[in-house]
Amino acid sequence: MMTNQGNRLTQGQFSFLPDLTDKQITAQIEYALGKNWALGVEYTDDPHPRNTYWEMYGNPMFDLKDASGILKEINACRKTFPNHYVRVTAFDATQGVESVQMSYIVNRPKNEPGFGLTRQEIGGRQIQYTVHSYATDKPEGERY
Amino acid sequence: MSNSSIPSGRAENSVTTAAQSADPPVALGQARSVGEVLAQSQVEDVIAELDRDLVGLAPVKARIRDIAALLVIDKLRINLGLVSEAPSLHMNFVGNPGTGKTSVAMRMAQILHRLGYVRKGHLVAVTRDDLVGQYIGHTAPKTKEVLKKAMGGVLFIDEAYYLYRPENERDYGQEAIEILLQVMENQRDDLVVILAGYKDRMDTFFESNPGMSSRVAHHLDFPDYSVDELLQISQKMLTQQNYVFAPDADTMFQRYLDLRVQQPHFANARSVRNALDRARLRQASRLFADRDRQLSVDDLRTLTASDFAASRVFQQADVRSDE
Repeated sequence: MMTNQGNRLTQGQFSFLPDLTDKQITAQIEYALGKNWALGVEYTDDPHPRNTYWEMYGNPMFDLKDASGILKEINACRKTFPNHYVRVTAFDATQGVESVQMSYIVNRPKNEPGFGLTRQEIGGRQIQYTVHSYATDKPEGERY
Repeated sequence: MSNSSIPSGRAENSVTTAAQSADPPVALGQARSVGEVLAQSQVEDVIAELDRDLVGLAPVKARIRDIAALLVIDKLRINLGLVSEAPSLHMNFVGNPGTGKTSVAMRMAQILHRLGYVRKGHLVAVTRDDLVGQYIGHTAPKTKEVLKKAMGGVLFIDEAYYLYRPENERDYGQEAIEILLQVMENQRDDLVVILAGYKDRMDTFFESNPGMSSRVAHHLDFPDYSVDELLQISQKMLTQQNYVFAPDADTMFQRYLDLRVQQPHFANARSVRNALDRARLRQASRLFADRDRQLSVDDLRTLTASDFAASRVFQQADVRSDE
C-alpha cells in the first residue's frame, strides 16, 4: 500500500502541499522577518528523517529587512545544488540558542526513490523495524 | 491527499495578495491625478516635515521636490499604461561635513517608500570598512552581506571616495565598487544607493570610476549654512534637549559662531552641536560649584552668556587681535 504517492519527502512545513512558488516563499520569508527571526538556507542529499543537521549554504542571515536578498540566496543554492534537497530555516535567537521556528523545503530532486522498510530479526523471533533511504545506497554527491 | 492540498495552496496565494494590497504600490494603482497620488502616498507630509525640520538647504529641498514630482508623474504614467523605464534613483550627496547629508538621506528613504519605489524604506548607513575586506576573498561576501541588509531600502555610503584608492593597486575597494555597480544596474527595484562625501574628492572619485558616474542620476549639492541658519539650528537643538538661551546668551553665541566659522575644521551643524555640549558642561560645573543653593527649573535649563564666553574660540581671537 502506497500512502505517499511519488515518494515526496515530507519534512518540515508545507511538505504535503505542491512546491511553493517564489511568491509564496517570499511571503513566508516576510512573515519570519516580521518576527525578527534569522534565516538560513540549508541543503543535503541524505533525506533520512533523523538527519537533523543539514549543510548550511552561506552564513545565517541576521538583521535583514527585505525578503529579496534571501530569495537570491535560495536561488543561488538551487543553482549550485539542483538535485539536492534545499530548505529554509528561521531561527529565533531571543532565547540565546538557535531554536528553529520555521523549516520548509524549497527544492527537491527530480526523482525521489523514497524509503524502504527494513526488518531485522533479533533474539526470540522479535523484529526490529527501521527505514532506509534508497538514495543513500550510493555515495554522497551521486545520490540523485 | 493532493486534492486537499491545492485549495490550501490557493489560500496561500490570496494571503500574499491581501498583504500586498495594503502596501502603497498597489493602492496607488488606481490614482489618476497628482492630488490622488499625493493623498494616497502621504509623500507631502514628509516633504513638509523636511521643510519644517531642516533649516536652510534651499537648493537641496528644491531638488527633492523635483525628484518627488518626477516620481509622482511616473506613477500616473504607469497607471495609464504608458511604459516608462524604471527611473534610476541612485544619488550623490556632496557637501562639507555637518551639512545634513545623512538626515536628508533618511527623509529620502521615507519619500521613496511612500511612493512605492523601495519596499521597506529603511536606511543602511555604511562606510568603507563595512564594504571592503582585509584579505583576498573577504570583500565580496562582506559587500554582498551589506547589500542584502539594504534590500528594500536605501544604502547610504558615507565618504564613498575612500572606496577607490588609486595609490594602492592591490586595494580591494575596486572589487566592492564592481559588485555595487552590478547591483545598482540589475536590481534597481530592490535598492537605491546614495553616495556621500566632500565635493572635490567625490569629483575625482567619479572621474576615475566612469561606470559609477553614469549610473548615478542625481547629484545634490549641500551648501554650507550661514551664521543665521546655524543660530536657528542651535535653537532647535536646545529646544529638543530642554534648554534655553539666557536673554544675552544668543548674541554671545552668534559672536562665537562668527569667529568659529573662520577657523579650520568647521563642521557646520556638528560643530554647533559640540559647542552646545561644551556649554552644557560649563553650565553644569558652574551650578556644581555652589553646593548649598536651591536650583530652580530655570537655573537648570538656562545657558548663560558666560557659559559661551569661556570658549577657547574667544581667547584665540583675543590673542590674534593683540598680535
